[in-house]
Amino acid sequence: MIAAEAAGHWYRPGQWLFRDLSFRVRPGGILAVLGPNGRGKTTLLRGICGTLRLREGRLRLGGPVGYVPQAQQADIGYLAIDMVLLGRSRFLGRFDAPRATDLARAEACLDEVGLTAIAGQRYDRLSGGQRQLVLLARALATDCTAMVLDEPASALDLANQGIMLRLLQRLALERGLAILFTTHDPDHALGIADQTLLMLDAGAHVVGPTGEAVTEDSLARLYAVPVHRMAWRKDGEHGETVVPLHGLRGGRAAGPVRPRAAPPGRAPPASRHR
Amino acid sequence: MSAAASPRVRPVLFWTALSALLLATLLASLAAGRYAVPLQHVATILAAPVLDVAPRWTPTEELVVRTIRLPRLLMAGLAGAGLALCGAVLQGIFRNPLVGPQTIGISSGAALGGVTAILLLGFGLPVAIGVFLGAIAALLAVLAIHDGKGPSAVLTLVLAGVVVSAFCGALVGFATYIADPETKLPGLVFWLMGSFAAATWPKLQLLALCTLPAGGVLLAMRWRINLLSLGDEEARTLGVHPARDRLILLGAVCLIVAAQVAVSGAIGWVGLVIPNLCRLVLGADHRRLLPASALLGASFLMLADTFARSLTAAEIPVGIVTAIVGTPVFAGLLRRAASARGRA
Repeated sequence: MIAAEAAGHWYRPGQWLFRDLSFRVRPGGILAVLGPNGRGKTTLLRGICGTLRLREGRLRLGGPVGYVPQAQQADIGYLAIDMVLLGRSRFLGRFDAPRATDLARAEACLDEVGLTAIAGQRYDRLSGGQRQLVLLARALATDCTAMVLDEPASALDLANQGIMLRLLQRLALERGLAILFTTHDPDHALGIADQTLLMLDAGAHVVGPTGEAVTEDSLARLYAVPVHRMAWRKDGEHGETVVPLHGLRGGRAAGPVRPRAAPPGRAPPASRHR
Repeated sequence: MSAAASPRVRPVLFWTALSALLLATLLASLAAGRYAVPLQHVATILAAPVLDVAPRWTPTEELVVRTIRLPRLLMAGLAGAGLALCGAVLQGIFRNPLVGPQTIGISSGAALGGVTAILLLGFGLPVAIGVFLGAIAALLAVLAIHDGKGPSAVLTLVLAGVVVSAFCGALVGFATYIADPETKLPGLVFWLMGSFAAATWPKLQLLALCTLPAGGVLLAMRWRINLLSLGDEEARTLGVHPARDRLILLGAVCLIVAAQVAVSGAIGWVGLVIPNLCRLVLGADHRRLLPASALLGASFLMLADTFARSLTAAEIPVGIVTAIVGTPVFAGLLRRAASARGRA
């Protein structure tokens, strides 16, 4: 379980990234977080992981949280299986090395994301999608009850996006994980999330069941572009999708093109950049 | 997956080769020098205390091997193992292959501490204490300059080390300038040059007393170093608070470097080059990298010391030998790193 009660944070006084934020992800539930860059998505994730203390409110967690960062760091020369093994660190003392049981657990986690075949390959030689999945396996290896993911699908191609989303859906369903992930694509929220949080500007937000929160109005306000939400059905599969109306082909443009106002408080650059 | 790229060199073979190299270096170095001793005499002299062998060697040979060369070689080996181990650990926890005891300023801080102690208090125990305090002060200064954030964190750490080294070097120069040429200066300069020539069993004891336990701590924490090398934030999301781990590791590193500088003066390049070479062959996993660096570092410094004392009639400071070998290797590594970054 991941629950926020009146959570809020700012980096510059008076410029709230978000405030009065309350939600609750039950075991097996999925919450998607939508918002442009700089609105505090990653800040919220860091708050949940405990690497950042939020200025306001409370976070309640049902157990350890597995964190899946964006797979940007590509200069790690460890083998994929060793990367996953690092997820067992919580259970190992300062002077311990991983035991056979840890290795078995790591192998099982790698198997769960379907990457047994690349266990012996170096992490820095994997594709972006594989790296993201290895980090997911590492989070699984921590034996977490909740998982937060920072844009897990944003750097992936269409097929890999599908693999990632189906995997998240399965983990929530079969392992009862409470999952929270950020994304730039409203379709990802419509696809697998039962709740969605939209981080609007000036610290405002909308949160609720995906069908009610992801509306044409709220998305238009979120991204400052009109959108059309519509249902589709094909080969027995069905869902809803969101199309932005950019005025590219014959349509009436939404108005004069104007740059979006700068977000109120930008997060400082993450320290992982090298 | 090409064979060269695979970090899984057959482990048994690899460790046997490294250990054999170390043993061969030790035996050959005991035999070589201005006064050559036949190899089988070296072996029997060494074996004499354990096995009951009839002495077929001359008393001079025994003196040269057991009293002069053995403590010296053991000191060089221990110092080399310690420095390479420290380099591997520093490179891991600062996530930066360009870091070593010397680039990060620890060595020059230790030298400054030692010189200050010699100047104010004299030789002996004060030097050992001064060296340790100097190493810690230099490390703290470098960490204070370097905030660990931002895209150029790798560079600022090295630059901070350069700045602190330059500052310490200036003060060491000042100290030698004002030192009393009658009483203090000769000993001070001799100590600063760095050499294993003055090796004695008590000095070896001091080195071993610091290097073995501290090195044991570093080796025992080699899995934890893998975790720390991901960065603080990632380590914390995996449920480990890295601050205290890092403190223990840096303390052990300072102890090893300080003990080495105290007994043999600052010796560069070993801690920088050896771990990088091992990483090329073994991959980045510190579980293998640390013991391999220690073994190879020991062999390397013993060999360098043997060359230092046998190439010319007068002895060359061993630091000069390590620099002559180390700089081109390091330049090659730099180029490799640069071209790898260009591809990415």
